[in-house]
Amino acid sequence: MNELVGRTAAELGALIAAGETSAAEVADAHLDRIAAVDGAVGAFLHVDPDNVRAQARAVDERRAAGEELGPLAGVPIAHKDVFTTTDMPTTAGSKILEGWRPPYDATITERLRAAGLVIIGKTNMDEFAMGSSTENSAYQVTRNPWDLARIPGGSSGGSSAAVAAYEAPLATGTDTGGSIRQPAAVTGIVGMKPTYGGSSRYGVIAFASSLDTPGPFARNVLDAALLHETMSGHDPRDSTSIDRPVPPVVEAARRADVAGLTVGVVKEFAGSGGDDGVTARFTEAVALLESLGAKVVEVSCPHFTYALPAYYIIAPSEVSSNLARFDAMRYGLRVGDDGTRSAEEVMALTRAEGFGAEVKRRIMLGTYALSSGYYDAYYGKAQQVRTLVNRDFDAAFERVDVLVSPTTPSTAFPIGERADDPMAMYLADLWTIPSDLAGNAAISVPCGLADDGLPVGLQIMAPVLGDDRAYRVGAAVERALEDRWGGPLLAKAPDLAEAAR
Amino acid sequence: MSAPTVTTYDAALAKYEPVLGLETHIELGTASKMFCGCRTDFGADPNTQVCPVCLGLPGSLPVTNRAAIEGIIKIGLALNCDIVEWCRFARKNYFYPDMPKDYQISQYDEPLCVDGYLEVEVEGETYRVEIERVHMEEDTGKSLHVGGSTGRIHGADYSLVDYNRAGIPLVEIVTRPITGTGDKAPLVARAYVTELRELVRALGVSDVRMEQGSLRCDVNVSLMPRGAAEWGTRTETKNVNSLRSVERAVRSEIERQAGVLDAGGKIVQETRHFHEDTGTTTSGRSKEEAQDYRYFPEPDLVPMAPSREWVDELRAALPELPAARRRRVQAEWGLSDLELRDVVNAGALDLIEETITAGADAGAARKWWMNELSRRATALGVELAELPITPVQVARVQAMVAAGELNDKLARQAFEGVLAGEGEPDEVVAARGLKVVSDDGALGAIVDQVIADNAAVADKVRGGKVAAAGALVGAVMKASRGQADAGRARALILEKLGVS
Repeated sequence: MNELVGRTAAELGALIAAGETSAAEVADAHLDRIAAVDGAVGAFLHVDPDNVRAQARAVDERRAAGEELGPLAGVPIAHKDVFTTTDMPTTAGSKILEGWRPPYDATITERLRAAGLVIIGKTNMDEFAMGSSTENSAYQVTRNPWDLARIPGGSSGGSSAAVAAYEAPLATGTDTGGSIRQPAAVTGIVGMKPTYGGSSRYGVIAFASSLDTPGPFARNVLDAALLHETMSGHDPRDSTSIDRPVPPVVEAARRADVAGLTVGVVKEFAGSGGDDGVTARFTEAVALLESLGAKVVEVSCPHFTYALPAYYIIAPSEVSSNLARFDAMRYGLRVGDDGTRSAEEVMALTRAEGFGAEVKRRIMLGTYALSSGYYDAYYGKAQQVRTLVNRDFDAAFERVDVLVSPTTPSTAFPIGERADDPMAMYLADLWTIPSDLAGNAAISVPCGLADDGLPVGLQIMAPVLGDDRAYRVGAAVERALEDRWGGPLLAKAPDLAEAAR
Repeated sequence: MSAPTVTTYDAALAKYEPVLGLETHIELGTASKMFCGCRTDFGADPNTQVCPVCLGLPGSLPVTNRAAIEGIIKIGLALNCDIVEWCRFARKNYFYPDMPKDYQISQYDEPLCVDGYLEVEVEGETYRVEIERVHMEEDTGKSLHVGGSTGRIHGADYSLVDYNRAGIPLVEIVTRPITGTGDKAPLVARAYVTELRELVRALGVSDVRMEQGSLRCDVNVSLMPRGAAEWGTRTETKNVNSLRSVERAVRSEIERQAGVLDAGGKIVQETRHFHEDTGTTTSGRSKEEAQDYRYFPEPDLVPMAPSREWVDELRAALPELPAARRRRVQAEWGLSDLELRDVVNAGALDLIEETITAGADAGAARKWWMNELSRRATALGVELAELPITPVQVARVQAMVAAGELNDKLARQAFEGVLAGEGEPDEVVAARGLKVVSDDGALGAIVDQVIADNAAVADKVRGGKVAAAGALVGAVMKASRGQADAGRARALILEKLGVS
């Protein structure tokens, strides 16, 4: 493995800025790594080496021309295939968008380009971001670099796998029910769901509009904060975007202390089905926080129990509407247009063939929940639960600075294990969903290996626009644990090049 | 059961009482669309005024156009509505190729403007039409179904879609059921749409042109037996694209429904289509295909909460509204109710007022527009306002009349020249040599000739029958091709015949 590939994003940015290496060299090193391991990992749906090298050269030229560039200029990034890109196909993991070339860049794509990041490829995902294992991709299976027989989490599993496999130091993701934090947890990396509205959804192919939140993946908290700062901020093209300064996340990641902070442990999460190994690492992490000077208290959030069922009404309802536009009329797949069939028949045939089982299941759930006569009982009630979850958070954050929990109840499960059991799959998001419903910030940082030798994530939840607080606590935990481990958790992962063989 | 027949209108009204409901869509004349920056010009090449947002491309998001919200609030205020302090957009879900997202951003149970009214006058009687709601939505694209017999999507060989219209701001105005109109129902419907059009035009927020679809109307009609307590089943008639069609559609539905009921049939709750050529409606979507639109609050947009200060500002800045204006001009111009109605119906109010502003007196301004120019518009088959002559030009001609430089007959020739594109009134008058001959030398010669040619009449005048001089004046006018100053000619004739 090329030495550059093992570096953090902050280091790479500094090395390139100092002229000790170039964006082009860094890009080549990562393209080599992708060529070596992605056959086994399957993180990427699209990598165009010529395009990547051209991007890298352009960054080097901007630098040579004297342009002032940010700290991540020249650093490669894996981009979830849910963000539109004019120079690469964008499929959202669905057959219905196979080969679609968007005519516009997502706001976040624009910001990455402006900051000089090199988009090294588009990563695999559960179709339209629906899933917790990336097995719902219409294209390929993505494997967990810790154990290639296991899932990398989802829906942003291509991004988490790419970062964990050293194919890129950074990646983008989107979190709707846990789709950044859960994959980060099961691959032993850092994943952050910013405050809803803190990062633009313009050009993010919608799953559930009121929940979708783009955010960063990285192998350490500081890198995640640097990417967070680069991709976030107000966007006039997204009406739900917050017109406020980005919280000082980089400063918080550097500060990395918990002195004087009160940490809440959610009472209702304890005993709600976490694996023993997960529970053990979480308990140790809480003890660690206490030893670092935090005050730990138990907090009751009685409505968190209802968050998952409410989510499975709200998200599918929005899905049933958001995914209506894939009707074969203007772009994407078109099936059965043989000159004899009506537009309506072509729409039906295209959607029948173009959408996978999970997407269809959610469209049907949502269509039902919104239909006349059922709206109040389902969608209306779920919105009330959402309000109550919000109030639980509000009440909790009056007492504590952050809330903590394990990110997901189990470590990475074997590929195929839950593919036919949607309920079991949905439970992976049990503890991440409350923050999606409430729109507050939450990060997942590695907190050790369970007895099965697989990574466990610690979730740190902070108030709306308190993103910096999540980074501050996350960085403190990371620093203490890395001292204990003598390096990052990911150093304990098996040698992928060998495993691939 | 015998086949339903159409009952005559009078017979229908003798038995049944109609209940009306009107849903009017008005495209606002904003420079850009409702949720993106695309232009809204009418008649641009297909699919040239589109972007990722109004094409509903994956990932695109709407952003509300403030000018459109300002427009709808003005309409709401002018219709005496309450402007709510907080409301949301909702998605109306259904699949159709001309709807880029397969849902329409609209409003459902939280409209922006509620509980208003509009007063209309029919044959001297005032009807208060209550407005239930005024809400904001986006327009769809436009489909052109090629082949097939109906011009509709079913049976077409293929269809073309133009998305230029998709996303243009659309205001929907819904009335409460209108009762008690009796046989005036078609006229009340027409008067309502006419008044609404005038109102919106006065606000300057839309060009409200029915023929271009910037004002569209759906007409709901039901019948109940006279004296009954419960309303009948209603139908909704679409494709009603002119004021005349509004009236005809209501009339035709009353006749048709009465025929069905008389034959012992039941009215089907359905959408019907109006046909301009036959003046009748035919069945469209029936209830079995009725859609469940699955409305829910639009999650891509934040709620609308127009501040009270803004609403008050807009209220204070409302222009004079048509009803108030009519009262004012009636008093200022000294018109009878009937004369005012004629002026309004001819669409001459603006033209006359602008002509007065340009210097003409009220009587003359009204006379030219309502007589000579109305006649020419009718002959050309155009609206008065579409004649190629401006109020300023009319005022200029009238100024020449007032100054004695033209008489009425010459003025008509001047109008003819302007309408024919011969230039400004002064140019036409010069080029055509239009000039009242009042110079005694030239006029005297013509008078002498006329007296000589009409000796018998001249003798009568000399003998004291002064009234007979009119024939001689007429002859002078004829001989001078209308250019003589008739008053001066008469004076000269009497003088020369020694009776002055």
